[in-house]
Amino acid sequence: MGFVGLVLLGIAAHAADDRSPLAGDAKAAKAGEYQFRINCALCHGLGAHGGGRGPDLTRAVKKHTHSDAEMFQVISNGIPGTAMPANGTNGQGVGMTDKEIWQIIAYIRSQEVKAPAKAVGNASHGKDLFYGDANCSLCHMIEGKGGRVGPELTGVGGSRTREAIIDSVRNPSRRLAWGLTEATKEFPQEYESVTVVTAEGKEIKGVTLNEDSFSVQIMDTSEQIHLLEKDKLRSFQKSRQSAMPVYGADLLSDKDLEDIVAYLTSVGAK
Amino acid sequence: MTMRGAGKIQTGERTRKSFYRRGHGGVPRRAPRNLVSLLAICLACVLFASPVGGQVTFERLVNSAKEPQNWMTYSGDYSGKRFSALDQINRTNVHSLVAKWVYQTGATGKLETSPLVVDGILYATAQDDRAFALDAGTGRPIWMYQRQLPGDIRPCCGRVNRGLAILGDKVFLGTLDAHVIALDAKTGNVVWDVVAADYRTGHSFTVAPLAVKDLVVIGISGGEYGVRGFIDAYDAATGERKWRFYTVPGPDEPGHESWEGDSWKTGGAPAWNTGTYDPVTNQIFWPTGNPAPSNRGEGRAGDNLYSNSLLALNADTGKMNWYFQFTKHDEHDWDATQVPVMIDAGGKHLIAQADRNGFFYVIDRTSGKLISATAYGKITWSDTKDAEGRPVANNQSSPTLEGRTVCPGALGTTNFMAPTYDPQTALFYVTARDQCDIFSTAPQPYEAGHAYYGSAYFPSEEAKPYRGFLKAIDPTTGQVKWKFEHASPTWSGVLSTAGGLVFTGDAEGNFIAFDAALGKAVWHFQTGGAVYAAPMAFAVDGKEYVAIAAGSAVYAFGLP
Repeated sequence: MGFVGLVLLGIAAHAADDRSPLAGDAKAAKAGEYQFRINCALCHGLGAHGGGRGPDLTRAVKKHTHSDAEMFQVISNGIPGTAMPANGTNGQGVGMTDKEIWQIIAYIRSQEVKAPAKAVGNASHGKDLFYGDANCSLCHMIEGKGGRVGPELTGVGGSRTREAIIDSVRNPSRRLAWGLTEATKEFPQEYESVTVVTAEGKEIKGVTLNEDSFSVQIMDTSEQIHLLEKDKLRSFQKSRQSAMPVYGADLLSDKDLEDIVAYLTSVGAK
Repeated sequence: MTMRGAGKIQTGERTRKSFYRRGHGGVPRRAPRNLVSLLAICLACVLFASPVGGQVTFERLVNSAKEPQNWMTYSGDYSGKRFSALDQINRTNVHSLVAKWVYQTGATGKLETSPLVVDGILYATAQDDRAFALDAGTGRPIWMYQRQLPGDIRPCCGRVNRGLAILGDKVFLGTLDAHVIALDAKTGNVVWDVVAADYRTGHSFTVAPLAVKDLVVIGISGGEYGVRGFIDAYDAATGERKWRFYTVPGPDEPGHESWEGDSWKTGGAPAWNTGTYDPVTNQIFWPTGNPAPSNRGEGRAGDNLYSNSLLALNADTGKMNWYFQFTKHDEHDWDATQVPVMIDAGGKHLIAQADRNGFFYVIDRTSGKLISATAYGKITWSDTKDAEGRPVANNQSSPTLEGRTVCPGALGTTNFMAPTYDPQTALFYVTARDQCDIFSTAPQPYEAGHAYYGSAYFPSEEAKPYRGFLKAIDPTTGQVKWKFEHASPTWSGVLSTAGGLVFTGDAEGNFIAFDAALGKAVWHFQTGGAVYAAPMAFAVDGKEYVAIAAGSAVYAFGLP
């Protein structure tokens, strides 16, 4: 407890040194709202509540940034290894000036919920469900443990909103998860379902790891990787019906789902 | 004789064989050592009336069809067809095409360059205003230039450049800090450097200039910063500005009434893609981009001339002969900055332009009158046409605060990627995408040097997956003859060749050859990086090459 307190104190002191030149400026926050809509809302949602792609930025505690100065760095340079791009490189148009970035930070600060929401669910029970009855770990991995067919979920609780996680469990096909992102390629690969029949007549069902016009890289349901040339296949069928089963309330109660969300959030916030 | 390429200076010969000969002026590798050599060269000059020493005259540019081994303008010729008369690589042997060399630019981001090749030397550009010359047969660099850019330039959409122009013994580069620069073609040394506009107010150049007569013609970028757009012409010898055409008319000029109040001062209408030139009528055809702010019409009531228009300008004076506006009072960022391709068909002199707004337009280039406009992609913004046949916006297309879905999205059905017209198939090939965007207003005051959109836009999830195509359009009917669906939308341009082939690239890094008539992919190569550039073809020492920039490198392919 003492250690956590020291860390928090450290963060507070750090933040005090690194405040935005526009901190608390309501006019800057309003200008920042429009900048936010233009530059950030695609992933973080129109109200900064998270748009299913990026984290909810109204949370007071963020995973990658604490001080305004850190936030400035993240907006300027992106976060390596994540979908967060450097300023001006997302292809959505113009990069922002320093002043505009500070305006956005002023806007985000104005939207923050001061008291972090209490976790509704029971994380410990959520973990039991994840690795047990709910069968999540058959396809999803967290901290090195679990399956490989679905997206890895260690960080998902820190980068997705509760609503987005619930939606992806209840309606997995509504918005397919992003997989591999290639440098300068506009769209990431999505977790599309695929069924192929090889020249020898063998049927393979799985998800696409990657695909282009001439080849496809598939992971089948038993985690075997298949590297295939399309013109050598007898048939090739893709589907935007997610390989993940629809977890309706009959399969997974609202309470159990909240517990799983609590587990994912506890891991993702680390 | 110390000239590489057998020393035979080829010109004037129309036989196919001569297309593949290195030469046409040739490249002296060492100084001639005796009088005999000099005499031999001079005799060749007299016999073939050939320009020597890499001089690219206006006459050579006009008659570029006579030297298909070279690619001397952005689109390969003045008509904008991006068609190569070379046919050594063709449908029967394309399956055996191999990479002959790769040149790594060392640049990151989007590589949009379309190289030039003259007499065995390839000239191209890369991000951050790099320019370089390579031995086109080996890919080995001869010189490299990189501009020292200020730290606070305002490139709208990447630190990109689409290529050079060449005239005389110079190549010409427009820079991201809005300078126009002449480089010595043999050394890359700066010959002259002029400022076209202040980069701090959002002006920049990304376009490949066009050399016409003794002028270097170039259009400004900055529609996302509320610049007042213009097209400039500079004296190729000195850099002196000879004329400027403002694409937004000032007070007392016709068209000024199409702007509300002072909105013309920040009206945009940039000119950031390379136009074409008709030597017969001495007219430059140059397209313009979106009005500013790009996604909000409030405050600039009117048609907003000459945004999103095709302009016919007198090459000597820059005076406008006619204009045709594709999208009036645009609120969706639908720049008309696509290459206006000159086509002659049925005794008519036409321009075909596949526009970003989703319609394929055919225009009489003598009068500027519209002949046809046909949708070639997914459209929701227009369902009627006016008396002249021009598509008219419906009342369901303006951005709203809560967001409104419109097709095509802001990136358009096509964009800057160069199309091609193949005279052999009489088809127009263009990269197209189906994507709808949600346009949501986000009003911004104008502030010099700051982004000036007025609306947010992002892809509509309902329209997923976003689809990308290569489409072959019959210009006489506007109908899509065939289409190939890419794995995802691509930004690659398209090349057609006399070998019955069409070449393009994809977002997954493939460079692909198609049967031009059937649309069947007949060859492909994985370059390892997404393609944002346009392919071109050339020949050195009797061998045909097809080149494309992909990832951060330039690739040249040939037969084994």
